[in-house]
Amino acid sequence: MPEIKNTSRKIVKLMQGNEACTIGALAAGLDFYAGYPITPSTEIAEICAEELPKVGGRFIQMEDEIGSIAAIIGASLTGRKTMTATSGPGFSLMQELIGYAALCEIPIVIVNVMRVGPSTGMPTSTAQGDVMQARWGTHGDHPIIALAPGNVRECFDLTLRAFDLAEKYRVPVIVLTDEVIGHMREKVELPEPRSIHPLKRKAPSSRAGYKPYAADPEGGVPLMAPFGEGYRWHVTGLYHDESGFPTQKPAVADTLIRRLQKKVDLNVDDICEYASESLDDCEVAVVSFGSSAMSALSAVRRARTEGIKAGFLRLKTLWPFPEKVVASLGSHAKRVIVAEMNLGQVALEVERIIGTTSGGRSKVERLGKVNGELFHPEEVFNAIRGNT
Amino acid sequence: MPALDYFRKERLPHIWCPGCGHGAITGALVRAIEKLRIDKNKVVIVSGIGCSSRAVGYLDFDTLHTAHGRALAYATGIKLSRPELHVIVMTGDGDCTAIGGNHFIHAARRNIGITTIIMNNEIYGMTSGQYSPMTPKGMLGTTAPYGNLERPFDLCKLAIASGATYVARGTAYHVPLTIDIIEKALLNPGFSVVEAISGCPTYFGRKNKIGGAVEMLDWIKDSTINVKAAAVLPPEKVAGKVLIGELHSAPEAEYAALYMELIGRVQRRYDDYIGEVRECASNSD
Ligand SMILES: Cc1ncc(C[n+]2csc(CCOP(=O)(O)OP(=O)(O)O)c2C)c(N)n1
Repeated sequence: MPEIKNTSRKIVKLMQGNEACTIGALAAGLDFYAGYPITPSTEIAEICAEELPKVGGRFIQMEDEIGSIAAIIGASLTGRKTMTATSGPGFSLMQELIGYAALCEIPIVIVNVMRVGPSTGMPTSTAQGDVMQARWGTHGDHPIIALAPGNVRECFDLTLRAFDLAEKYRVPVIVLTDEVIGHMREKVELPEPRSIHPLKRKAPSSRAGYKPYAADPEGGVPLMAPFGEGYRWHVTGLYHDESGFPTQKPAVADTLIRRLQKKVDLNVDDICEYASESLDDCEVAVVSFGSSAMSALSAVRRARTEGIKAGFLRLKTLWPFPEKVVASLGSHAKRVIVAEMNLGQVALEVERIIGTTSGGRSKVERLGKVNGELFHPEEVFNAIRGNT
Repeated sequence: MPALDYFRKERLPHIWCPGCGHGAITGALVRAIEKLRIDKNKVVIVSGIGCSSRAVGYLDFDTLHTAHGRALAYATGIKLSRPELHVIVMTGDGDCTAIGGNHFIHAARRNIGITTIIMNNEIYGMTSGQYSPMTPKGMLGTTAPYGNLERPFDLCKLAIASGATYVARGTAYHVPLTIDIIEKALLNPGFSVVEAISGCPTYFGRKNKIGGAVEMLDWIKDSTINVKAAAVLPPEKVAGKVLIGELHSAPEAEYAALYMELIGRVQRRYDDYIGEVRECASNSD
């Protein structure tokens, strides 16, 4: 990790996305990391191995990615802020326990630096093919939050934010970056330390009568006691009632799963973030995220200089899907191009939303790329101009 | 404190079948904790999935019922995070040696301070009687209708070879012995393994025509021999019997303690960016 001397003056550094992610996590208060090496995420583990013991935190290299996510769930239960980082194959292995964390409401952060899949694919090449897996990779209905940084500074910001969201909603949060974002170096100005206020976990006030899963059925978030402090509570991946113990009662099961989903659904406006440019009068909108959005933005700017009314929308939150802003495109853009390094995963959502809200006025076009290379701005520009 | 006070009485009765050995083994664990007068609030018990893993729901500690095979990995996170806690894993033969086998050998290799109790009923009980990696060769299971062709693990040898620093075998029949070895396992600072042979009359006993609860216990009694007794008997009297008692004790530096030492060596003053952010964060609210 670059030595970042302090402080109180501007901190400007040349750094990689993976480094910025890790510094963001450390700024959030990360104090437990477990992981298994995989390209292109490994720098995150390496920096954590070096830095965490220096701040009294813990790093462990587990025997696989299932063990890694299990270890951070265990550590989170003792009150720590925990993270793991991985890429495609490792993310696939983690799926069962992502569901565990979602059901048991255990805050964890997972960074998935996407690479080409399926299978071992092209390990050192970039892709954005895990969007749907991030949402639906584990079995059963469950809440999830996924953030997609679009540059190196945002790796810092969104990883920091991932921890806050994980704590606030007790939902696993996935930071979906990709090989280009993870390995790209940019000059980054970090925020002033005093301006950063990471969220602290709310603890229950008394041990007596502690009901670990008591919460407003309308999306309430229960208070989480740390293990080892005398609460003596029970956590299970079986459906459970307010007491935390297993139940098979249909009414309790129904309330539980709906409450979990509502934690996210009722707070979409708090969770969703995006960046945009020239949307107000655009006739062609380009929707993108992550590294693809860099090419998309430069294509949109070029189109403007050539007199084409193009607009740009970059999603920083992928799940929950930012429906409102996407729906707003349908009111004026005749064409909505979705540029992503997969065969149309975000496009599926955009088609659904535009299809139901624009009354047929706008058409969604898929611009997918799956050869391991980043978009050239020219490719997006050609799509905007309509001669792909 | 009477043993029953370590149970969540309101959660009883348990789900185990009549004659199941898991209750006797859970009782042995509680009695060992009681003998050592360990503070209830400083014990975390972690389990995987299976009949055996249901034990934790009945015990009055911080308890964590995880996913199939993963108990040791969760427990590793807890122990490394809070080395001062007693972390105990209760698992089954399938949970520990099939789907969880990799976590088992690596937890042993690290010598992380976890006491692992494997309730070995030589069958997948929860899913109703399929063969496990501990089902003896030739025995029947619902997925071994012609007799099991696979060789079982010797779990204790596996533990020793993987680096566990305390290894012993007890049974649901030899309860005082089992209490005693669990006590010793809890006292070992590193990774401890207690294989506790349990009986499953419902699936293993019935399928293999061993009989009910009593016959299962007799079967356990007749197929085992104490390691101390075995040492002075002629080999032909020991052949084919499973050794019980303390099989290995070789304490070594425990992993979480080593990590704390590492922190002691490298922890630094907060004099850079991360340090300042964390300092600001801990002062603010
Ligand atoms: C990933 C996964 N695979 C399979 C199962 C189904 N399953 C539940 S318990 C179990 C076997 C448990 O056997 P064992 O560990 O020997 O414990 P016992 O029930 O005999 O005490 C299996 C295969 C599961 N819950 N999760």
